[in-house]
Amino acid sequence: MPTPFAFEPPGKPAHRADRFALRFWSTAHARGMETLYAVFERTLTRLAPLAARLGLARLERPVTAVERGLKGALFDCRMCGQCLLSSTGMSCPMNCPKSLRNGPCGGVRANGNCEVHAEMPCVWVKAWEGSRAMEGGDAILVPAPPIDHRLKGGSTWMAVIRAALPAAPAASPKKPGA
Amino acid sequence: MILPPVHDFGRNPWDPLPDLPGHSSRGRLERVLRRGEFAVTAELNPPDSADPEEVYRRVAVFEGWVDGVNATDGSGANCHMSSVAICALLTRIGHSPVLQISCRDYNRIAIQGNVLGAAALGVCNVLCLSGDGVQSGDQPGAKPVFDLDSTSLLQTIRTMRDEQKFLSGRKITAPPRLFMGAAENPFAPPYDFRPERLAKKVAAGAQFIQTQYCYDIPLLERFMTRVRDMGLDEKVFILVGVGPLASAKTARWMRANVAGVHIPDAVIARLEGAQDQKAEGKRLCVDLIQQIREIRGVSGVHVMAYRQEEYVAEMVHDSGVLKGRKPWSRDLEPPIDLDDRLTHNLEEAAEMHAREAAGG
Repeated sequence: MPTPFAFEPPGKPAHRADRFALRFWSTAHARGMETLYAVFERTLTRLAPLAARLGLARLERPVTAVERGLKGALFDCRMCGQCLLSSTGMSCPMNCPKSLRNGPCGGVRANGNCEVHAEMPCVWVKAWEGSRAMEGGDAILVPAPPIDHRLKGGSTWMAVIRAALPAAPAASPKKPGA
Repeated sequence: MILPPVHDFGRNPWDPLPDLPGHSSRGRLERVLRRGEFAVTAELNPPDSADPEEVYRRVAVFEGWVDGVNATDGSGANCHMSSVAICALLTRIGHSPVLQISCRDYNRIAIQGNVLGAAALGVCNVLCLSGDGVQSGDQPGAKPVFDLDSTSLLQTIRTMRDEQKFLSGRKITAPPRLFMGAAENPFAPPYDFRPERLAKKVAAGAQFIQTQYCYDIPLLERFMTRVRDMGLDEKVFILVGVGPLASAKTARWMRANVAGVHIPDAVIARLEGAQDQKAEGKRLCVDLIQQIREIRGVSGVHVMAYRQEEYVAEMVHDSGVLKGRKPWSRDLEPPIDLDDRLTHNLEEAAEMHAREAAGG
């Protein structure tokens, strides 16, 4: 029987037990991941003007594909489009069957495994461990706002690039019926 | 016997109570807690029925012994009468229900609508929950919604109450006057995260907490020590969950099958060693209530006596936690307040005068 999930972007296969390893390796090395991402984010910011010249619309699809591939492999990322990994000890909260983005539910088993999937370690137990290793790990203590389901499937990296660019002039609102 | 003060009574049982400064709701539970009383709440087992009389029958055993009654929202992911409906029935007869909202079953549109509706029906307390997974209930094929989580649900309701607007920013003309609660489970890993998670919920708007069943006092002490160190007990009222275990067998079953319930071996051994396991289960519950009362920073207990609701009054009585205080019940008359009577007399005199003037 396929494992049911509350949040599953199209095309993402259900969990396989043998994929757990890399995801847990990443949270175990949350500190290293944090440094790596800090460098990467700076690079993205620096490349933003170049990206703007190439055309953001044109870059959207390839960047999203690379992000999906890389973060999918490292974190079992589910492309919620509003990445929270830096605030969750590098453990992707969308792997929680309840897609909780603020902490563990009350159903965590005594061995630290998930209430829903008895064989899977709780995403938030791993998140807490990961956050304790990180320099900015206390971001886990800040309440996260409700998720925006419109962003699902989109790229967080492109959002970082856009944020680095000077604000574009607002498009004039269309007339109703136009 | 200590009776509730006059402002714990509305003009009619179903009316909202008079406003008190510094209170976010017009409900009785918030008043009891803010007065510094040790509060008792109980969980109502919702009927699988469309008959209101079943709700009234089930709440009758609590009357006069509890300060709030929780209406569960599909607990254990099982279908029952809805929590909003149960709360509405309870407010009709003057009870102070706690509306449980589980993120499992509704998205933010349904939830915000229900919050306004419940408040309009006189509900003053909400408990924001993530909810048990659908796999644990009688409808495992259901779609788990989980649009919000318990923390973002708290943020949402606080926005509605304090900023008078929906999550979308759209204006609400009359905001819901609610006392906001959340759950915590100090007895599940990651233990060090639990107090921090509580702080997160407080930051998101939680004013009271009802915990999962407590059968492990040392673990609760450890949690509460950290909570006090963080100063959280000053910011939130903590009600610790308790409940009688019917037998050692039930305890074993609960431990294995109910998500998040932690029962130490010593507790099971105590039940097993007893001649009458059911009576011992009640005694154990009373002992736990008495030990919990002694922990600094705890404001009350939440009794979840699933299918043993008829023993709640007895256990609350035996524990002595009410110290002679009599929680509200329908048969209590509001104490006569001299100011009230004077005002009433003056009003009556003015009316008579006006009538006479009109007649003359």
